[in-house]
Amino acid sequence: MSDETPKKKSTGLSRREVLAGGTALSAALFLPKSLKAADFPTAEINTTGLAVTDDTVTIGILHSVTGTMAISETGSVQAEKLAIDQINAQGGILGRKIEYIQEDGASDWPTFAEKARKLLVNDKVASVMGCWTSASRKAVLPVFEQHNGFLYYPTFYEGLEESPNVIYTGQEATQQIIAGLDWVNQTKGAKSFYLLGSDYIWPRTSNKIARKHIENFMEGCKVVGEEYYPLGHTQFNSVINKIRLRKPDVIYAIVVGGSNVAFYKQLIAAGIDPSAEKPIVLTISVTEDEIRGIGGENIEGAYACMKYFQSLENENNLKFVEEFKKMWGDDIAIGDVTQAAYLGPWLWKAAVEKAGSFDVDKVREASPGIELTTAPEGYVKIHENHHLWSKTRVGRAQADGQYEVVFETAELVEPDPFPEGYQ
Amino acid sequence: MFADYSWPELGAIFAMQGFAGLILFSVFVLMALGLAIIFGQMGVINMAHGEFMILGAYVTYLLSNLFADYVPALFSMYFFVAMFLAFIASGALGLFVEWALIRHLYKRPLDTLLATWGLSLILQQVYRSVFGAREVGVSIPDWMMGSLPLTDLIEIPINGIFVMVLAVSISLGVYIMMFRSNWGKQVRAINQNRVMAGAVGINTEWTDRLTFGIGCGVAGVAGSAFTMIGSTGPTAGQLYIVDTFLVVVFGGAASLLGTIASAFSISQAQSIMEFFLSGSMAKVLTLLVVVGILMIRPQGLFAMKLRK
Repeated sequence: MSDETPKKKSTGLSRREVLAGGTALSAALFLPKSLKAADFPTAEINTTGLAVTDDTVTIGILHSVTGTMAISETGSVQAEKLAIDQINAQGGILGRKIEYIQEDGASDWPTFAEKARKLLVNDKVASVMGCWTSASRKAVLPVFEQHNGFLYYPTFYEGLEESPNVIYTGQEATQQIIAGLDWVNQTKGAKSFYLLGSDYIWPRTSNKIARKHIENFMEGCKVVGEEYYPLGHTQFNSVINKIRLRKPDVIYAIVVGGSNVAFYKQLIAAGIDPSAEKPIVLTISVTEDEIRGIGGENIEGAYACMKYFQSLENENNLKFVEEFKKMWGDDIAIGDVTQAAYLGPWLWKAAVEKAGSFDVDKVREASPGIELTTAPEGYVKIHENHHLWSKTRVGRAQADGQYEVVFETAELVEPDPFPEGYQ
Repeated sequence: MFADYSWPELGAIFAMQGFAGLILFSVFVLMALGLAIIFGQMGVINMAHGEFMILGAYVTYLLSNLFADYVPALFSMYFFVAMFLAFIASGALGLFVEWALIRHLYKRPLDTLLATWGLSLILQQVYRSVFGAREVGVSIPDWMMGSLPLTDLIEIPINGIFVMVLAVSISLGVYIMMFRSNWGKQVRAINQNRVMAGAVGINTEWTDRLTFGIGCGVAGVAGSAFTMIGSTGPTAGQLYIVDTFLVVVFGGAASLLGTIASAFSISQAQSIMEFFLSGSMAKVLTLLVVVGILMIRPQGLFAMKLRK
């Protein structure tokens, strides 16, 4: 496993000699655009005192590796380290190798803020890959805005935010919700929906958008129930009976964490088998990561609406999955957020190279319009509002814990963090 | 809300809902029995109760893999072995913890709260290091999943029946041990007057250790059973701890019968309110009622009558 920070070269060779060596040469052959550090004097590309030297640049990784969120954030850390390794293997950014300082947010929001301050003020990192929950992002936001840091945030989230100091590499709510609802309505003829969620901001905002869309934009469709259970709730028998009573065509579930496992196990134990599609189970909160805890046999046949599935069959993704497994072991599931986290370092690299500078202000200015053709999910592009244009896909859960992609939008879906008519 | 439904349909739904309440009751009893022994009889505020449960769940996880790999023919029966081993594993850890930690704190009951909370953090991190931060999926034998169609409309989840049977048997087992065995007599004697119990020749130290171990073992069995209905992860124990304390405190800490009565009333209240209100609201109202009753009766529903 290569989860150590890349070591500085201390062989006594000058950098020029190393560059002339075989590895650098072959890398340069494969990548004609590989840039040499000598062409970019440090003083010119770093005017704000960031941690950039003649041959390295330091960034931060800020996720929870302990505490309750470690379950979810581990995949993001792995993806970011993989991206950094790959970028370094290609010669780094502006000829500089990426080094990283990893801090642990410990699933505690004040800790996130404190660590963010440490990364920006003490370590002067050029950018940060990090956060997972909205609560942690909200906690670090003032720090990033005060110290003019630059954060790449990987999770699909509720929207209603647009910071000059954040690039959102996951979907905001409308990107994840609307296409999926339309799909289930048009191909399955679903008319009535039961909205269910864990009780906090993301499920509530998402269900609000879903309800507005169902009631205002989908002809003849209605919401027959909407309710929330506290985080960590483990008893769903009552709500399952209520669902039986209302007979919806679709259970729209945004249950998270340990509750997820309880919900699907109890659903199937109560005789509601998702693969029978009576009712259809549609979720936006279960990635391949979560299925490992739920058990493929318990959720087989349910549909999930995401932008990325591990089973996507395009060249980028096959390569990504292979490299990911090579680095972190075969026994691994790659979910939507993990892929979005992988985009972070690459998008930053593209923006820095376009700006020709590590300065945060210039990187920010260069970011809108950045395209990535090598993304595992396919082609993505940064919007003016700092979110990504990306496709929405629907997958059907298989017993082996993977999704079979059954639908994808023809075009990229425009990110719309402040959707009109949905507030 | 009921206008569109025929009577048989409504009857079926209410029957199933009644059953959901009974399942919740069984879950509460299973969660709380171990703590009722430890907190009720020994006065130790065991914040690591959830982690002892999760140890049982992880034992079940390991055994399910072991059986699937080496003796797939017996896979359908592995759960019983798993529950037994969960009892042994959690119980053994309980004995060790009592010896290493708890016995030094009997005179400082509030400090057991801090010590066991620290223990729960340590155990969580141990699980995380050993089994990984992600939740693990425990495969349950097929015959334990799915539902039993009682009539055309009424379906009863099999794992619910399993949990109920288990709750009843363990309650009976604990009852017999507490009230019909020598050990139970000794535990109750120590509970009433430690010095005197020691004076008449009861080995109080060993009885304490055994009591703690058995309480933890029961927690382990509960954790093992909950792999059927909940998640198994390093922090999953935290999901149960609040409800567990609620049941034990509400019932009156020293009374096992109180624990069962309180599990019954809380579970029925919660499941009925969940049906008519939303989930979060049901929880809020349940807690409000419990707080209200505890203000009037701080000793809980059933309190031991003591001459003070």
